[in-house]
Amino acid sequence: MKRTVETIFEASRPGRAGYSLPELDVPGVDCASALKGHLRSEAPRLPEMAEVDVVRHFTKLSKMNYSVDEGFYPLGSCTMKYNPKVNEVAARMPGFSRIHPLQPVDTVQGALQLMHDLGAMLAEITGMDAFTLQPAAGAHGEQTGLMMIKAWHESRGDHQRTKVVVPDSAHGTNPASATVTGFDIVEVASDDEGMVDLEALKSMMDDRVAALMLTNPNTLGVFERNILGLTETIHKAGGLVYYDGANLNAIMGKARPGDMGFDVLHLNLHKTFSTPHGGGGPGSGAVGVKDVLVPFLPTPVIAYNEEEDTYLLEGGDTRPQSIGRVRSFYGNFGVLVRAYTYIMSMGAEGLREASETAVLNANYLAAKLAHLYPLAHRGHCMHEFVLNGGPLKQETGVSSLDVAKALIDAGYHPPTVYFPLIVPEALMVEPTETESQETLDRFAEAMEAIVAKAKAEGAAPFHDMPLNSPVSRPDETTAARNPILTWRFGE
Amino acid sequence: MNRYIPTTEEDRRRMLAVIGVPDVDELFSGIPAQVRQKVGSNLPDALSEMEVMNDLRGLAAWNLSVDEAICFLGAGVYDHFIPSAVDSIISRGEFTTSYTPYQPEVAQGTLQAIFQYQTMVCELTGMEISNASMYDGATAAAEAAVMASAATKRRRILCGRNVHPQTRETLRTYCWSRKLEYEEIPFIDGAIDGAELEKALAAGDAAALVVQSPNFFGVLEEIKPLADKLHEAGGLLIVSTDLLALGTVEAPGKLGADIVTGDGQTVGNPMNFGGPAFGFFAVNKPLMRRMPGRICGQATDSSGRRVFVLTLQAREQHIRREKATSNICSNQNLCIVAASVYLSLMGPKGLRETGAQILAKSAYAVEQLERTGKFRRAFPGAPSFRETVLLCDEPPGELNGRLLEAGIIGGLDLSADHPDLKNAWMLAVTESRTREEIDYLVSVAGGEE
Amino acid sequence: MARIPEGLHYTKDHEWVRIEGGVGTVGITDYAQHAMGDVVYVELPEVGDEVAAGDDFVVVESVKGANDVFSPVSGKVAEINDELDGAPELVNQDPYANWLVKLEVADPSEAEKLLDASAYAKLVEELEAEGS
Repeated sequence: MKRTVETIFEASRPGRAGYSLPELDVPGVDCASALKGHLRSEAPRLPEMAEVDVVRHFTKLSKMNYSVDEGFYPLGSCTMKYNPKVNEVAARMPGFSRIHPLQPVDTVQGALQLMHDLGAMLAEITGMDAFTLQPAAGAHGEQTGLMMIKAWHESRGDHQRTKVVVPDSAHGTNPASATVTGFDIVEVASDDEGMVDLEALKSMMDDRVAALMLTNPNTLGVFERNILGLTETIHKAGGLVYYDGANLNAIMGKARPGDMGFDVLHLNLHKTFSTPHGGGGPGSGAVGVKDVLVPFLPTPVIAYNEEEDTYLLEGGDTRPQSIGRVRSFYGNFGVLVRAYTYIMSMGAEGLREASETAVLNANYLAAKLAHLYPLAHRGHCMHEFVLNGGPLKQETGVSSLDVAKALIDAGYHPPTVYFPLIVPEALMVEPTETESQETLDRFAEAMEAIVAKAKAEGAAPFHDMPLNSPVSRPDETTAARNPILTWRFGE
Repeated sequence: MNRYIPTTEEDRRRMLAVIGVPDVDELFSGIPAQVRQKVGSNLPDALSEMEVMNDLRGLAAWNLSVDEAICFLGAGVYDHFIPSAVDSIISRGEFTTSYTPYQPEVAQGTLQAIFQYQTMVCELTGMEISNASMYDGATAAAEAAVMASAATKRRRILCGRNVHPQTRETLRTYCWSRKLEYEEIPFIDGAIDGAELEKALAAGDAAALVVQSPNFFGVLEEIKPLADKLHEAGGLLIVSTDLLALGTVEAPGKLGADIVTGDGQTVGNPMNFGGPAFGFFAVNKPLMRRMPGRICGQATDSSGRRVFVLTLQAREQHIRREKATSNICSNQNLCIVAASVYLSLMGPKGLRETGAQILAKSAYAVEQLERTGKFRRAFPGAPSFRETVLLCDEPPGELNGRLLEAGIIGGLDLSADHPDLKNAWMLAVTESRTREEIDYLVSVAGGEE
Repeated sequence: MARIPEGLHYTKDHEWVRIEGGVGTVGITDYAQHAMGDVVYVELPEVGDEVAAGDDFVVVESVKGANDVFSPVSGKVAEINDELDGAPELVNQDPYANWLVKLEVADPSEAEKLLDASAYAKLVEELEAEGS
């Protein structure tokens, strides 16, 4: 049913209020004189509403969102697995949510232990030596990892290493992160399976190469066969290797990036470790390193003093080579509590089962869709796969974007579209392990129906889709040409 | 069997048959033998839900929360009141478990919430355009500095030494990684030293000054003269501020700020031991296309309905790749939804009343402490909000020890970082503190040693 | 079928340049504007900027992408088309009438190294056959 919700500014009425404060119990002060000329001159046009109206407004808004709690969300590269509710209860405990980060260290030992133990468990899962939990997101983690690589090279007097190699199939954050850390990007070609061409990589090596950034399995969902050769090539040339952990859900308990030759990696706790996506955040981009980069970790580092059996924060004075801070305080602690709760709930066995099932589900779904679309991988995929929508578009005029909108009408969130760039009209599908076989079967049936419709009727009926969502396709062109980025009061 | 993984043995068998392999291990045969994990990861055994809750309760109990002790500590994170409706709304699965709104037809809830948030930030800061948020106040200031350098084509970043130390450290790291020069400007009587600033500007090539107001010490800076000085020198003024304070304090946008940033924990987000919250980031039209982060715009759909959609995405990492303005890939969405709910419940009057209570309670606390004869203001005469630096007879470390024993989390001990201010101690008083609590603080702090 | 006027020099990255006296007028081709979709913004260089052949000096933003435009020849930016500021769609409507940048060309013979209309037409034919 098509519907929109009035903006909260339109719902506001002067004189209404949704808050209560106690009566002031100390002598009042005159704000103007207290603030000596800094008093606000004009009231901000914030809503004035009773609590019931605010709650109704946001409740109506929420009902316009599709979510994992509602249904299947097969976004490739995003790992939209189920978000356990016990994580939410844990994070809200006052002993975690109502503690101040600058309290005396012996009044927050539980928080420090949780962070210390989480770091240790992540190191165990990934085969790395130490972790920092400071970065707030995957991209932030990439930036942090690259900064440490930069610092390492500088510490060795290697100031000419300015190049970071990325595969042409890489996620957009990889080259962006390298650029914002002051590096130049060089792309290495993938073969037609999206695997890095080892010979091409070797030919690019020189003493200006700082690092290689890889995700494994790659963005086509295939494990890099030559991974040891790739990492060795960079090490031989004097560089370090960075692992983009976005796809870790494929290999937990089966293989560890630390054993593949990676020196530094980031994890997306909001992907692999079940913390909720929140509509775009907050996440957490924990970064793991091998011993070689430990001196460069951001401060403070959470350490355990075995003798006194206490946890403490090691600051800049004890870590002179640290890159410093990449943000305030210790990280997205509320997100860390959720990830900790998840790992403790799953154990090693559970995490391995999660990866095995994620890979099983992806292969099952790929098998069910293989007769509809060419698959971008040969043989088996891992936790995700990419469909090539090029032939369908050529034959019927129906693009992958059209298919995505048709899936919305069928009650699903579409897969990732138009990524990776090396596959035309790409549809990247990642079912995750928390979906049942029936969900996968029904999704496959929906795709069957869509492809059948495309072949029978061509592109015309798709242009109005989605028909069943609250709104239809927005005019993104006008939105970008004439941006309206705030509410226009009084219009 | 796992409560989060529906697949049974039976399901597995059926699926393997369709795929055409005998077992799951076959699907992992692409992993070279040398790299395959031979031994399971050494983790604690999986816990049932009951056990995991017990484990967490134990860890939580080992922390002293501000429910159990009276908090007078601030320095960037504050014990402000959060109405219950905030958590109730962000607990909804439709907000918590949805993804980034790249498919606008099924994400209008998130998109409209972002658009409303952007509007509220503009209202409070007095700026024309806000993005959908950054990770925190510190990284927002750092990204603002990087943006200012690109916009002015200059490489020197100036920052007040009275800006939050963690913001300064983050700025320093970001500047190092982008080969920008980072230089601090001293403060005098708690505020930026105008003469020192002029000297620094005279040396040329200054892209921007980062000033915080209320600053780390709680002191309010004179924004207009700073903006004028920067503009005369061809640079930009970046003001790091606080949304809750802006309910009572003048908007930096009205005083000449070019970029306004800050940390959003104070509006509707719990302390959470320092995260997550968010950083807000606002500019005026000339800098719109350089602004990092996600932005939501108003549009119409094919039927003319008003809808919201992520826009100006061409600047973002997933499109520009190595030419992106920043690598930021997310916004702290759930935290800004919380902020927008808070601001909607409080409204302009609620924010103003909160500000008035903070000013009154701060004044009362400081007066009473001064009356004991053992405390005096470090920056008397400087207008301040929520935080006051006091010079104590007693070393602040010892003072805080006594307070803790009495069930009070005392203000920040500044004596190590600011030896020039003798025994400096920074007291934060929010609207959550009662007269009773303040009187108790005074009796312990000024009492028998 | 993309429009390819005679009398212009073309690059394989779909830019065109017209040389008249010492001035090179640069724009993108019909094939390019069609491929990138609705143009939403054009980021132009500043008058006085020095540009070498092959430098990316303009960004044409469409809704989903930002496309670098590379200068076909070396020179100094003499004029930029500020009509595009409020009306970026002009590039879609007529990419030949709605030029992007006029350069003071250092060496007009540089343009001889580029493709002529028929060579560019062949390139476009191949691309259109590939279906990309």
